[in-house]
Amino acid sequence: MNDVTNIAKTTAIEPSLGRAFMAMLGRDLTLAYRHRAQLANPLVFFTIVVSLFPLGLNPDPDLLRTIAPGVIWVAALLAAMLSLDSIFRSDFDDGTLEQILLSPHPLSLLVLAKTLAHWLITGLPLLLLAPVLGGLLDMSGEALGVLMITGALGTPILSLIGSIGVALTVGLRSGGGGVLLSLLVLPLYIPVLIFAANAVGNAAGGFEVTGQLAILGSLLALSVGLAPLAAAAALRISLN
Amino acid sequence: MNDKTNGHVRLEVDRLELTRNDRVIFTDLSFTLEAGQILQVEGHNGAGKTSLLRILCGLTMPSEGVVRWCGENMRDDRDRYYADLCYVGHYPGVKEELTPLENLAMVKSLGRIREGVDIEEVLERIGLPFGHEDQLCSRLSAGQRRRIALARLLVTDARLWILDEPFTALDIAGRRMVEEMLMSHAKAGGMVILTTHHAVELGDCNVKMLHLGA
Repeated sequence: MNDVTNIAKTTAIEPSLGRAFMAMLGRDLTLAYRHRAQLANPLVFFTIVVSLFPLGLNPDPDLLRTIAPGVIWVAALLAAMLSLDSIFRSDFDDGTLEQILLSPHPLSLLVLAKTLAHWLITGLPLLLLAPVLGGLLDMSGEALGVLMITGALGTPILSLIGSIGVALTVGLRSGGGGVLLSLLVLPLYIPVLIFAANAVGNAAGGFEVTGQLAILGSLLALSVGLAPLAAAAALRISLN
Repeated sequence: MNDKTNGHVRLEVDRLELTRNDRVIFTDLSFTLEAGQILQVEGHNGAGKTSLLRILCGLTMPSEGVVRWCGENMRDDRDRYYADLCYVGHYPGVKEELTPLENLAMVKSLGRIREGVDIEEVLERIGLPFGHEDQLCSRLSAGQRRRIALARLLVTDARLWILDEPFTALDIAGRRMVEEMLMSHAKAGGMVILTTHHAVELGDCNVKMLHLGA
């Protein structure tokens, strides 16, 4: 068979994985930019949920400081989940996803590019907004610093785990997909919530946080390595 | 494109069977497609034409049987098979929020492309008038979007074209253009598998027919 491939090289330009990865990332960012209004959705949700707590509870600074880590992380988690469906939905609906599956590149790396785009669009803005809302709840400077670190480690995990859930549910006819997605993804989000909120709480109390950060870091490494593979396999099943 | 006459290039379909909800759609389906041949798949609605094409692309799992490309099960070496394959399916696979140029640039980045291909030239060839290339595809007509989907065939260097109803939404000139594309691809040693409800005029090309459904 060698002769076939050799000849092909002289008459065609072979696909390059780096170029495909960057093109995929750039395409998703362009599409997001053309739907700017949708981008604001999770951010508005995040802001509203966090700012409702002082109104519903007692605006006592001591109380707010105590609940702040949990409130911010729960709101971030729900906001991230709201935005998950957009990773594959429009590509599935217009047939582009079929074309992505039929490209000669490893599907998992193209999925990783799409997930990275999703994090840049939703996770990163949440991360940047978090300290502002933390200040609103009277968090100390120390705790805000740790909140940023847990956000940087934790929000990519939310996008990566979410990509598996969306890949599994994207093929379902409208209606059941959203509920199923929450049921699939939320249990996997809980370790992130526990360790991240705990680290921020500890930092506010002046305790050690390296243990929690190490666990978040290893969860991130694990999900970067495995989530794209699982999501790619799930997509092949969904399009079957 | 002389390399496409190479004798190794062959698509073999071996005893395919597809069942859906305990109903057999087709069974014991075998054929071989050699370089330069066009296979036209016929059958009534629901006979499994689209399913067959999706199986050939590796999107759908058949209940039984294998598809071999150059003698190897295509599932064992997807990357190589997909570098040789261009599929234009029921959904055009054209992103509405991108311009035609951006859509084809994406095709260019994802697959194996023809050397020296110029996207603006391709757009002109498929009959998208000058001035449309910077408009979002959501503003184009269904026929124009179908043309952009078919333009993928001219951008990639695929040997095997799999086309599901390529003539849908096209006007007479567009159908003529696609027929000419098919003929020149087959003459250059490429292969085409297509489904259609239209009568297709393919000159002296080597056309095989496959009839699905009883």
